[in-house]
Amino acid sequence: MSRQITLSKAINEVMFEEMRRDPSVILIGEDVAEAGHPFKFFAGLVEEFGTDRVIDTPIAEPGYMGIAVGAAMTGTRPVVDLMFGDFLYLVMDQLCNQAAKAHYMSGGKLTVPLVVNTNLGATRRSAAQHSQSIHALVAHIPGVKVVLPSNAHDAKGLMKTAIRDDNPVVIFNDKMMYNDKAEVPDGELLIPFGVANVLREGTDITLVGTSSMVGVCATAAEMLEDDGISAEVIDPRTIVPLDEATIVNSVKKTGRAIVVDEGHQSFGVTAEIASRIADKAFYYLDAPVQRMGAMDVPIPFSPALEDLTVPTPEGVADRARALVRGEI
Amino acid sequence: MAKKPAQTNADDYLRMYRQMAKIRAFEDNANRLYLEAKMPGLTHMYSGEEAVAVGICEALGSTDKITSTHRGHGHCMAKGADFKQMFCELLGKAEGYCRGKGGSMHIADQDNGNLGANAIVGGSMGIATGAALSAKLRGSKDVTVCFFGDGATAQGLMYEVMNMAALWKLPVIYACENNGYSEYTRTDEIAAGSITARAEAFGIEAHKVDGQDVLAVNKLTTDLVARARKGEGPFFIELETYRYHGHHVGDINREYYRTKKEEADWKKNRDPITNFGKWLTKEGIASADDLAAMDAEIKDEAKAAVDYALAADYPPEEEVDAHVFSGVAHARPYLSGDAA
Ligand SMILES: Cc1ncc(C[n+]2csc(CCOP(=O)(O)OP(=O)(O)O)c2C)c(N)n1
Ligand SMILES: [Mg+2]
Repeated sequence: MSRQITLSKAINEVMFEEMRRDPSVILIGEDVAEAGHPFKFFAGLVEEFGTDRVIDTPIAEPGYMGIAVGAAMTGTRPVVDLMFGDFLYLVMDQLCNQAAKAHYMSGGKLTVPLVVNTNLGATRRSAAQHSQSIHALVAHIPGVKVVLPSNAHDAKGLMKTAIRDDNPVVIFNDKMMYNDKAEVPDGELLIPFGVANVLREGTDITLVGTSSMVGVCATAAEMLEDDGISAEVIDPRTIVPLDEATIVNSVKKTGRAIVVDEGHQSFGVTAEIASRIADKAFYYLDAPVQRMGAMDVPIPFSPALEDLTVPTPEGVADRARALVRGEI
Repeated sequence: MAKKPAQTNADDYLRMYRQMAKIRAFEDNANRLYLEAKMPGLTHMYSGEEAVAVGICEALGSTDKITSTHRGHGHCMAKGADFKQMFCELLGKAEGYCRGKGGSMHIADQDNGNLGANAIVGGSMGIATGAALSAKLRGSKDVTVCFFGDGATAQGLMYEVMNMAALWKLPVIYACENNGYSEYTRTDEIAAGSITARAEAFGIEAHKVDGQDVLAVNKLTTDLVARARKGEGPFFIELETYRYHGHHVGDINREYYRTKKEEADWKKNRDPITNFGKWLTKEGIASADDLAAMDAEIKDEAKAAVDYALAADYPPEEEVDAHVFSGVAHARPYLSGDAA
């Protein structure tokens, strides 16, 4: 059976189902137990699984991330909650120096099956330390997988896959999407990593969007349709690994591409995907590949400024029209 | 009319009362702005904790530094900020202390020595300690106070910087505002052992004080500041206090972690403003009417500032990439090499 549920509810279901299925799955983070998390997606877990498996921590991110790495090496499967993606900076050593490298450095002997559940995204009026999209930083480090669900359905299927994966996986949900609903199956749903979702087929231009920007690209595609421009919309769903073939084949067909991601535009996801397109589909391109990311500024608090920093459907549609008209 | 002041420090006491009342008025308005959906985002109220910020900041001069927290309106006001620029910042307006770029969680007021609120719990501990190192290196007599909550004592950074502050005898005072909760969790569930003993482990002199008693806080801090100026620092103070509102303005149904009775007890019996007001009248420093008149005047002043801020302009769009780098007017051209 499938029904409409929110992304928060999808996370909640994953935790119930996976913790019932596998007693080695534990949840660790701030206010995840009685409070059920500030965003409430862990509600009810502590009542069923107890405080041994649903563990409230002090505000000590580097500490509990390190503890999760050790616990993961020795027979548990921790889901570590980081309330805001911005707090990744605090845990980077444990995540990137320890978790990411242990398997490699041990010649394959140690494994670190842990999931970091965190978020990205601006426009919540939360200012520069609670609005960042820093998934590219993690994606830069070999040994960590990076998952960017764009809706409740994918959030469920990808998180289940993450929990069963034997490697460190960081899941970034868009914090503005927690209450958005989608059709999600009851019970089992596994979405493999590295398989993009083609939301919409088209012939004139390829719009590659991640996470929060998938919806932006889909809306832009509808606007373009009114102008007689046929846009293909691709959601990679994971960036490590990245489904290069689906993106490259699409661009070979359309000859044009815009890559949209909410991370800062420079040195990030849009640059990586654009360069892979250039590497593999250069001779099929009718126009330069375009990139749209968050402006290269700390995210400002003032609504009047914040809204200028992230790509919008209008902005993507404008860029697409210019590309198709040969103006770029 | 008030009787003739029995205390020579009457002006100081009245100022402390006024500062606490201003913080309360600021927060009442901020909460209302949130409930009326006129404020972008969320904010963390300082109401109930006024004696901590005021008792400490009244012991400081304007060049002494503070670092503040996500619950920072009280620190900012106590260190000398004014209503108008604070409300403008809360509403993201150009005339705010940070030109609308920081908002509630990042208010900074450089002119009065406030190095800024911080949205990373514990994030300012290094900054405060660094400001103290700088004062020492520059031969300045300034002291820095680092405000943080009980929850922040879980951050490892605190122990790294306390160690260095103690080794280098830095003029910094770590002020732990223990309001009994970090978010939705009681302090005893997140803090093992004693908080002051942690400072003592580094050889740092640590004190515990009633954070609802502005005079006790002020007396202790005045003494420690004087000693820190002489090179006897660092010091640590744990202030027992209470936040009246939820963790943030949106935390309204909170009985699952904190009883209404507990909240009512603190408000009724341990309110820092009411109790200090009673003391002022008992000592003949002010009459109840004097205080009521002061409260009314502050309320009007706050209301006028809110109205001003609501009508004020947002920053112009071109400011979005200003202030990314010092010395660079606009980051975007600069980043692509068009700086010249
Ligand atoms: C590094 C970090 N972790 C978590 C948070 C989320 N958070 C914001 S305030 C808070 C509780 C802070 O408690 P405390 O230090 O006691 O300050 P209080 O809110 O009680 O004033 C938490 C967990 C954060 N902002 N930064
Ligand atoms: Mg606290």
